Amino acid sequence: MSNVTEKSHAELAAAFNKDEPRVDWHDETLWWVRQKRDIQAHKLPEWELLRETASQIKNNVLSNLSGYLEQFEANAIKNGVVVHWAADAAEHNKIVHQLLTERGINRMVKSKSMLTEECHLNEYLKEQGLDVIDSDLGERIVQLAGEPPSHIVLPCIHKKKEEIGDIFHEHLGSAKGESDPKILTETARQHLREVFLTRRAALTGVNFAIAETGEFVICTNEGNADMGAHLAEIHIASMGLEKIIPERKHLGIFLRLLTRSATGQPITTYSSHFKKPQENKQIHIIIVDNGRSIQLGREDFRNSLKCIRCGACMNTCPVYRKSGGHSYHTAIAGPIGSILAPNLDMKKYADLPFASTLCGSCSNVCPVKIDIHDQLYKWRQVIVKEGYTPTAKTIAMKAMAITLSSPALYRSGGKMGRLVFKYAPFAVNNKLNPWYKHREMPKAPEESFGEWYNKRKEGKK
Amino acid sequence: MKVALFVPCYVDQFYPKAAIATLELLEKLGVEVHYPKNQTCCGQPMANSGYEHLTSGCNNLFIDNFSGYDYVVCPSGSCTLHIKEHLHSSENEDKALAIRKRVYELTEFLVDVLKVEHLEARFPYKVGLHNSCHGLRGLKISQMSELVAPAFSKPGQLLNMVQGLELVPLSRQDDCCGFGGTFCVVEEAVSSKMGIDRVEDHIEHGAQYITSADLSCLMHLEGILRRQNSDVKVIHVAEILNHYQP
Repeated sequence: MSNVTEKSHAELAAAFNKDEPRVDWHDETLWWVRQKRDIQAHKLPEWELLRETASQIKNNVLSNLSGYLEQFEANAIKNGVVVHWAADAAEHNKIVHQLLTERGINRMVKSKSMLTEECHLNEYLKEQGLDVIDSDLGERIVQLAGEPPSHIVLPCIHKKKEEIGDIFHEHLGSAKGESDPKILTETARQHLREVFLTRRAALTGVNFAIAETGEFVICTNEGNADMGAHLAEIHIASMGLEKIIPERKHLGIFLRLLTRSATGQPITTYSSHFKKPQENKQIHIIIVDNGRSIQLGREDFRNSLKCIRCGACMNTCPVYRKSGGHSYHTAIAGPIGSILAPNLDMKKYADLPFASTLCGSCSNVCPVKIDIHDQLYKWRQVIVKEGYTPTAKTIAMKAMAITLSSPALYRSGGKMGRLVFKYAPFAVNNKLNPWYKHREMPKAPEESFGEWYNKRKEGKK
Repeated sequence: MKVALFVPCYVDQFYPKAAIATLELLEKLGVEVHYPKNQTCCGQPMANSGYEHLTSGCNNLFIDNFSGYDYVVCPSGSCTLHIKEHLHSSENEDKALAIRKRVYELTEFLVDVLKVEHLEARFPYKVGLHNSCHGLRGLKISQMSELVAPAFSKPGQLLNMVQGLELVPLSRQDDCCGFGGTFCVVEEAVSSKMGIDRVEDHIEHGAQYITSADLSCLMHLEGILRRQNSDVKVIHVAEILNHYQP
């Protein structure tokens, strides 16, 4: 399940684009989700006010994060919950491992956690000889396929139902060639029922952690988080430290925005509140930093931590729709992933802020109003200054800057450029020019506007 | 009213007709237009590639050329937005600020400043309007489909004043064309596919011309149309607004 790769977004996207009908299908599928989101948003005249309110609540949270986290911890402890703090992914994974092994547990069921994808928990536990089963249908499908999720809300959106049928046939014994979603879902349900009944430990993510009450909320459609957590003797909840909201009354704002933005539903089927452990059972919360406090310290990028993981920016992003989630080679794909990932590893993810046309649609659908496309622009500046761009590009940019800073060089250069276009089209119309692969070069006119204007001024026009 | 015409570098070099139409249209509307002759480029190609720190030469040249006018008008949403958001100068920040406040994309200048309500123009064709992202989401010259807010379109409003012109509806009114500056070569596969899909939307709806307030998008779409040997043409919005075909 490792998603470590040496290939860039552009290379992976080019590979994805070799199958054009598949690109069309992927694009249409996600655009359909975007349209569902639009329909729901337009039903609420107060939509833009909701977004603004959510954004301001998160501003408050980010400005007072340590205080809210301490308040949350104190209240959770009062409720009988055990709270752990993890500085990074490795520490998070170790805590989970220890909680399991000290109870003699070697199998765990998991639901709704992109954070554990970010921490590569499954691989880590597997290496330790422990077995994890993802219980949400989409996550289970990609887990069986040996792939990471390609989307944070729709993890197997890149798979067609026939392909899912093949995976289920191989791993769960469904009939060969079966691709009826109802039958496949029932197959998964039967398989997971056994898992739920026999697992003593359940791990879930956290959508919202309420400082005022010490409770946390998980939003699901399938109810697997509840099923896992209620049947197991220990419930481990992993949360990024930015998941805090101050008071319970704020929850309504976010619940109204989250699923409308994500899938175009008014609300998820289940919004489950967890506050106190049942008798003879335990709840453990692991609060994970893993680079978040560094991001909080980056003034230009701190409000990326407002993200509530709805995935709306992915559904609307034309680059995501036409390149697929795996081309981002990081746990969280799409526009939001491209502003989060460079914080974790600037060199490895130097390509991601450039995997965008800066069209700005992401920022417009974001329910907490993160200025995603502006942050993509700003990451580009940081990445260049830190030296993570090819030398050839830097040389070309310097030459361009010199030419464009000088009217004389610009005039002669522009004329040369047009002459080359006109009389030596082979120089530009060849396979080494990426533009030419699918597009003709512009036709060179006889004269530039500047030249025309001078002639007109001299009365020749 | 003293107006400076800002003609972006690639328009100057490859699409002089759009600049000529802009100049003639403004003059027809009674505007005194100056063309500062030492202008080159807004600096966006470097800045969007992450090299904003190399743009001080362009910035200072821009300030030298465009200071002292009531308005700076440009037939490109993208270049206008770049100036509005990123024109700075360590030596002349006050002059940079003055220009940032006075720079207008052509259609917003016609609608918001000149308050044009009537045009002597005739263009008897079916036209698809491509909303450029920088004009749309940056300058907000039209309403954005993501927002829950009343619809409007400044270029659409002007095109509706043109006799004989029929605006065709599109399946996706403001999906990006995929040009994206250096994105078009760095991410060639995705960029081309985005352009191909945009073109298809216009063709499916019967457009004979694709127009826009941004030539960079049109240059991209034109490259695809010509590769497909399509009869559909691209044309800058200024060329339509300045057109009179009996």
